[in-house]
Amino acid sequence: MRPFTYERATSAEDALNRHDGDAYYLGGGTNLVDLMRLGVETPARIVDVAHLPYDQVQLNPDGGVLIGAAVTNSALAADRTVREGHPMLAQAVLAGASGQIRNMATVGGNLLQRTRCSYFQDIAKPCNKRDPGSGCPAIEGEHHNLAILGHSQACVATHPSDMAVALAALDALVHIRGRAGARVVPIEDFYRLPDDAPERDTVLDPGDLITAVEVPLLGMPSRYRKVRERASFAFALVSIAASLDVVGGLVRDVRLALGGVAHRPWRARRAEEALRGAPATPDAFRAAADAELAEAEPLRDNAYKVPLARNLIVQTLTELEETS
Amino acid sequence: MDSEATPVHADLTLVVNGREHRLNVDTRASLLDVLREDIGLTGSKKGCDHGQCGACTVLIEGRRANACLALAVAHDGAEVVTVEGLADGERLSPVQEAFIENDAFQCGYCTPGQLCSATGMLDEVDQGWPSAVTADVSTEPVLDDDEIRERMSGNLCRCGAYVGIVAAVRAGARSREAAEA
Ligand SMILES: Cc1cc2nc3c(=O)[nH]c(=O)nc-3n(C[C@H](O)[C@H](O)[C@H](O)COP(=O)(O)OP(=O)(O)OC[C@H]3O[C@@H](n4cnc5c(N)ncnc54)[C@H](O)[C@@H]3O)c2cc1C
Ligand code: SF4
Ligand code: FES
Ligand code: FES
Repeated sequence: MRPFTYERATSAEDALNRHDGDAYYLGGGTNLVDLMRLGVETPARIVDVAHLPYDQVQLNPDGGVLIGAAVTNSALAADRTVREGHPMLAQAVLAGASGQIRNMATVGGNLLQRTRCSYFQDIAKPCNKRDPGSGCPAIEGEHHNLAILGHSQACVATHPSDMAVALAALDALVHIRGRAGARVVPIEDFYRLPDDAPERDTVLDPGDLITAVEVPLLGMPSRYRKVRERASFAFALVSIAASLDVVGGLVRDVRLALGGVAHRPWRARRAEEALRGAPATPDAFRAAADAELAEAEPLRDNAYKVPLARNLIVQTLTELEETS
Repeated sequence: MDSEATPVHADLTLVVNGREHRLNVDTRASLLDVLREDIGLTGSKKGCDHGQCGACTVLIEGRRANACLALAVAHDGAEVVTVEGLADGERLSPVQEAFIENDAFQCGYCTPGQLCSATGMLDEVDQGWPSAVTADVSTEPVLDDDEIRERMSGNLCRCGAYVGIVAAVRAGARSREAAEA
């Protein structure tokens, strides 16, 4: 591992001042330290932002919540307001990693964790995301767990975060402090598709600090489900964050986001459009799922994700319909 | 090259099992390496060094964590409890007793991590934290075997002593409750 200096920031201003453009912020370290040990990330300077005073989940006047970037994953999932008002967010966090890792991991770090593509993690291999222009061996190689939607010739990786999938369905807003001041970015615009610049996961500029995530009031039942290769402590093959409001047998409102299928949490806008005003029946759920997945372009070894995603959409919406 | 770059050192104070240690460590050192190599507490084990096995689990400020992914310098001033600190003098903790009574290990390599993890996990349950198998996350969880398995899934056991581990955690939870009542 390359030697680095370690500094603990005391405020957002202090963190921004200490960041020289090449430094790395440190949250819980559960992704960064791992990648440093693999040689994938090689910071010379680390600025610890896990002790900043952004460690609270606050209730907003509109009934939503403001989640500080330094809140641990465990504390977020244990928060009463979140468990009652946004159960899919608590469930998504709890579906990720292990009890130990969730105690260390922060909300900011969770958003910015890097892909689990095996070539990205192996510095002996080419990878456009890690080493721009070197190529993407996953397209012809090991990609059974990679993207079916929104990928490019440059990169077919998926974003690994469970939490971010729920945040995408919840229309969350990412609060950012940068050199030019503070800004708020909707989570769908926060994450990028790979296009021809897969080295950039998000729209953040060097030195930008995430201070909080804002989640508006939801006001309808919601659920997170995750399909993986073992029952616990594994990344998603496909996951879904869903919310459904049914009145008089018709869908009044619906939210759907998929995980494990794209370079960013995939908000299923086409399916949502197909469903609004439609009867809340399995047939309509299937038609909506098909509308979304018509765009899918599976790779040689991951076509199984298409029916998996479809079944997950239909099942989860059916369950939500039965409880609403 | 990187390997020729000069290491950076930093001062570090840790309170481990109630005893204060003042150290000067390489900023790259993990808490696990500092515990084992600088402080000489070799109970915490290194299985994978990537957060995947749980053998290195300790309690940091009362919460279970993977010491292999923790940069030691990032925990300056922290209170840490390792497996060596779970017993009260010669008296084993209820969870430790339960591991012995329920044959919850074979080779024992994963056991220090299992013990620290179970200890931290039972505190999480006491505080009403839900898990991925809690049917309704807005309710208080009840610690059945499914809950135990899910909550302990960050601790792997290559000997496959899981049946005994679940039984031990169940028994340990009961005797903790009895002790508190
Ligand atoms: C074995 C294992 C299994 C896992 N399984 C899952 C899983 O199933 N599902 C899942 O979703 N995740 C899983 N994870 C990933 C885990 O959720 C992430 O490692 C964790 O959320 C990262 O948070 P952190 O605070 O530790 O981030 P760090 O490692 O500290 O940081 C990650 C990145 O974020 C940057 N950063 C941190 N905070 C800020 C901030 N405030 N502003 C700007 N930049 C910041 C850092 O510079 C770094 O680039 C797993 C991890 C491991 C090791
Ligand atoms: S899919 Fe993306 S991350 Fe994986 S090897 Fe290709 S460029 Fe790298
Ligand atoms: S050694 Fe830390 S989790 Fe395996
Ligand atoms: S007892 Fe041998 S690894 Fe668990």
